[in-house]
Amino acid sequence: MRRAEFVTAIILGLLSVYLMWKAGEGPEWDTEYVHWANTGINIDGSGPGKGFFPFYLALGMLISCIWIVVNAIRRQSPPSQSDEPFMDGYAKKMLLMVGGGLIGFLILIDLISMYAAIAVFMLYYMLILGRHPAMLSVVTSLVVPFWLYLFFDIVMTKVQPKGLRWIEDTIYTPAGNFFRDQSFIGIVMFFVVSGAILTFVARSARRQGGA
Amino acid sequence: MKLLKNLTLGVAAIGMALTATAASAFEPSKPIDFVIMAGKGGGADKMARLMQSIVEKNELADKPLVPTNKSGGSGAEALTYMSGVGDPDHSIMVTLNSFYTTPLRQPGLKVDNMAFAPVARMAEDTFVLWVHKDEGITDFEGFLKEVKSRGNKWVMGGTGKNSEDNIITDHLNEAYGLDIKYIPYKGGGAVAKDLAGKQIQSSVNNPSEALGFYESGDVIPIVAFTNERLPMFPDTPTLNEVSDEEDFAYFMQRSVVGAPGMSDEAQAYYTDLFTKVFESDEWQKYKNDKSLMGEFMSGDDLSEYWGVQIENHEKILKASGAIK
Amino acid sequence: MDIIPALMDGLWIAVQPHNLALAVIGVVVGLFVGALPGLGSVNGVAILLPFTFVINEATSDPAAPMIFLAAIYYGAMYGGAISSITLGIPGASTAVATTFDGRPMALKGQADRALVTAAIASFIGGTVATLFFTGFAPLLSSVALDFGNPEIFALMLLAFATFIGLGGDDIPKTMFSIFFGLLLATVGFDTISGEPRLIFLNEREQAAVLGMVGADPEAVPFFDSVAWFSRGIQFLVLAIGVYGIGEMLWTINASRYKVTMTETTISAKRIWAGIVGMKDAWKGTTIGSLLGFFVGILPAAGATPGSLMSYGVAKMTSRNPRSYGEGNPDGVAAPEAANNSASTGAMLPMMTLGIPGSPTTAVLLAGMVIWGLEPGPRLFEDRPEFVWPLIGSFYVSNLVAVLVNLAFIPLFLAVLRMPFTILAPVIFVLSIVGTYAAYDNMNDVWLMVLFGFGAYFLRVLDYPLAPAVLAVVLGTTAEEKMRQSLLLSDGDFAIFWNPFFDRDGKGQDWWIAPITTWIAVILIALPIVLWAVRKMRGGSSVEA
Repeated sequence: MRRAEFVTAIILGLLSVYLMWKAGEGPEWDTEYVHWANTGINIDGSGPGKGFFPFYLALGMLISCIWIVVNAIRRQSPPSQSDEPFMDGYAKKMLLMVGGGLIGFLILIDLISMYAAIAVFMLYYMLILGRHPAMLSVVTSLVVPFWLYLFFDIVMTKVQPKGLRWIEDTIYTPAGNFFRDQSFIGIVMFFVVSGAILTFVARSARRQGGA
Repeated sequence: MKLLKNLTLGVAAIGMALTATAASAFEPSKPIDFVIMAGKGGGADKMARLMQSIVEKNELADKPLVPTNKSGGSGAEALTYMSGVGDPDHSIMVTLNSFYTTPLRQPGLKVDNMAFAPVARMAEDTFVLWVHKDEGITDFEGFLKEVKSRGNKWVMGGTGKNSEDNIITDHLNEAYGLDIKYIPYKGGGAVAKDLAGKQIQSSVNNPSEALGFYESGDVIPIVAFTNERLPMFPDTPTLNEVSDEEDFAYFMQRSVVGAPGMSDEAQAYYTDLFTKVFESDEWQKYKNDKSLMGEFMSGDDLSEYWGVQIENHEKILKASGAIK
Repeated sequence: MDIIPALMDGLWIAVQPHNLALAVIGVVVGLFVGALPGLGSVNGVAILLPFTFVINEATSDPAAPMIFLAAIYYGAMYGGAISSITLGIPGASTAVATTFDGRPMALKGQADRALVTAAIASFIGGTVATLFFTGFAPLLSSVALDFGNPEIFALMLLAFATFIGLGGDDIPKTMFSIFFGLLLATVGFDTISGEPRLIFLNEREQAAVLGMVGADPEAVPFFDSVAWFSRGIQFLVLAIGVYGIGEMLWTINASRYKVTMTETTISAKRIWAGIVGMKDAWKGTTIGSLLGFFVGILPAAGATPGSLMSYGVAKMTSRNPRSYGEGNPDGVAAPEAANNSASTGAMLPMMTLGIPGSPTTAVLLAGMVIWGLEPGPRLFEDRPEFVWPLIGSFYVSNLVAVLVNLAFIPLFLAVLRMPFTILAPVIFVLSIVGTYAAYDNMNDVWLMVLFGFGAYFLRVLDYPLAPAVLAVVLGTTAEEKMRQSLLLSDGDFAIFWNPFFDRDGKGQDWWIAPITTWIAVILIALPIVLWAVRKMRGGSSVEA
């Protein structure tokens, strides 16, 4: 933990230095701009330039980081006193499994559409990380994205990414036409029926687990 | 087996029939991405949502229009998004004058305005010079006198830096030897409110933005930046009437464009759709109430209009030093 | 004054069956829209705007469509607290402060009490604000006009001042968090200069980085940093990242092999106990109701600073400030009363001045224009048949909202009883879907998840992150207003603290901004002075 405290503060300090430099930068298309010209507090009587705040805020970050390092040297912050490892085996494994799953989820969105990616992620999480019964995992990971689809895409017309073009054309376009033609009551029925299936599966899973 | 074969043939025939009709007349097959080149609550946004509701109310389109605001970088975000969109036949955008100025000011975006499909110009918004009634100014001459006497303490509020409002202010400063201070705001509503509260001394709001305070008598129009007097303010002269200027007039386009690469059939469909919107009672009423001008325009006429506008803006921006 | 009979007429119209039904439907829709992270009142109102034409034609009552939309707006304000308390993710910026104490209460097994407190406080806040609205609408709208750029900046400063001491005990880490949040707020397009700022890894830098690793810049696809950063770091990107991803990862790690998060039960008796327990939260409710309304009527301020300031003031004036952040009911009541009060307040400048104070009121404004109403100084005189039923519906909607909310509490609590290995992926999924729904952009989703990972590491090392989230909310407005003021004063800071500073060449005095600024400065300086005095006397050290 102590080493992590130092390393983090130093990385954040370096980030601050980069941001300070970045604040003094002009617009990309202006070739005559002189670096730092934006950071004055009163430029031609019109107040601070656009780089003033970013520069001094980044400077404030840098000072804070130096202070954090000083405190750590004097062993005054709890992490710098701790002998525990920054991340133990469990934390590393957790981060790899959950964090990796999230990254995979994001990559899948562009390929196979948001809702399919949700189904894959839910299934992965429940089956592999949660060790839930297969039936429950499969049904949950189908019903949750279905609900979200009905709510976001159909009811609220807040359209989510649809992945590759052929997935969109073969699945979502006909599905959208079908559901948009339903009455409001019809949509509610879809919610309720899929919810009932989920509840039934969850109940029977709990009964089996309890027995 | 025979039954199955007949069935397959039948399905294939229907499928072909469907494709045939689809080729001759475009119909959207999914929700239409309706991009707004400005933030929520601004003039362009209100207008886009009005168009959307006219379409829904009169059931003009089979598929819904899904408005999404892409306001980043004065429209830079919207322009780059539209240039790279995967399905141009289902992507349209509401634009304003940043459609010209943003690519001029940010050549790094590599956006070509002319590649966008010219679907429809719905209106041209107008600009009017407003002052608070307590200033005691009633005409343009009085305005010039008062502003000069105030030195650099006369403040003009406007929407955005190097925007339409800024261009007009620069013009006034240059042509009449004034030293008006320009303060950029995020939206026209905030400008109108600060003028009514006497936080700033003048604005060049669109009539739609200042109308409420005009009706309550808080602000008064001085000149209109148009070619002819506005029907709503018959007593307000145009700038050309009260000055030696030949033809200073400035408008904001309110147009709908299609993504680059849109097929001709799709473009025809959207032009038809927005013609119906334009002709609807709601749109005509809105246009009259808000003092909007401009006739409907589409296709090559609209492209030509853009060409002229881009040239004009390039000149204006070069003159004010915003671009080189 | 003929307010009373006009209000009675309005109330009568508001309780007509069709309007009552619209209020109920609107509240229920709003409640769910508000409870989902990413969707807030603005989405609910904007999306259902076209639907109001059907209402307009079916009822021929000019106020009916607006009653429906206002009910959604209220419902969403109630709903925001639900995800803050049960999931720990603020669904909208107005509900950030609710997480500070609502979440700890839920983790202590008092989720039911937190939800009841939030509902009742919301009801009181909304009703108090409606009373003010009824009595003083025209008078208050002139107050809003007196708030120009320097005044709004001073108000933002005051909001920051109330938050001194919100972070942890580690001073440099809290400072870092504040600076970092404020810096994130400056990313993107700058209103004043019209130029982009802090566009990370622009073309030049990409070429340099590729050059360093010896790759051919031509061969690697260009990373379009302008598209990523030009509209800035959106508030929800950071907030959902920190609370939805970072905090979740931390909880998964901390809870190890435990299956459920908390045990919660619910019964009519416990709801009643929660209502009775409101007597412990009367102070937060009062502060929130009053402060929220006042901040809400100022254009450009809106409900978020209102709820944050109310939380800060409740904590500052508390006899036991240390209990805040540990699950103090006052800490739930103050921001919830405030955001409802402020959202009613925000309707005031919208209706009387035609100025939207928030994105949601901007959409409402667009709606009113479409129905042929002209919001502005003359609305109250010209269209009483619209105004009074609407005001009447504010009372009705609030009552409906609190009843519906209390009725749904068992359903929301069921969420907490889900096994953690089901709840966790659902929260991740909602975070991602919600971020996309809010900004229609995958870039923001990636950024949100990256912030989440960063937040996890910083959380482990005791960096407080709430100050960063708050700084992002307030920072943009604060900087913009400050620089607009300085443009006005030719760069002279006296405009903020000197009441005799001549703004417009007319030699007037301006008192509001200087008084506000001085209060803020004293609030910021006081703890520092006290700390220094204690340090010099060599008393008990509070540092680090």
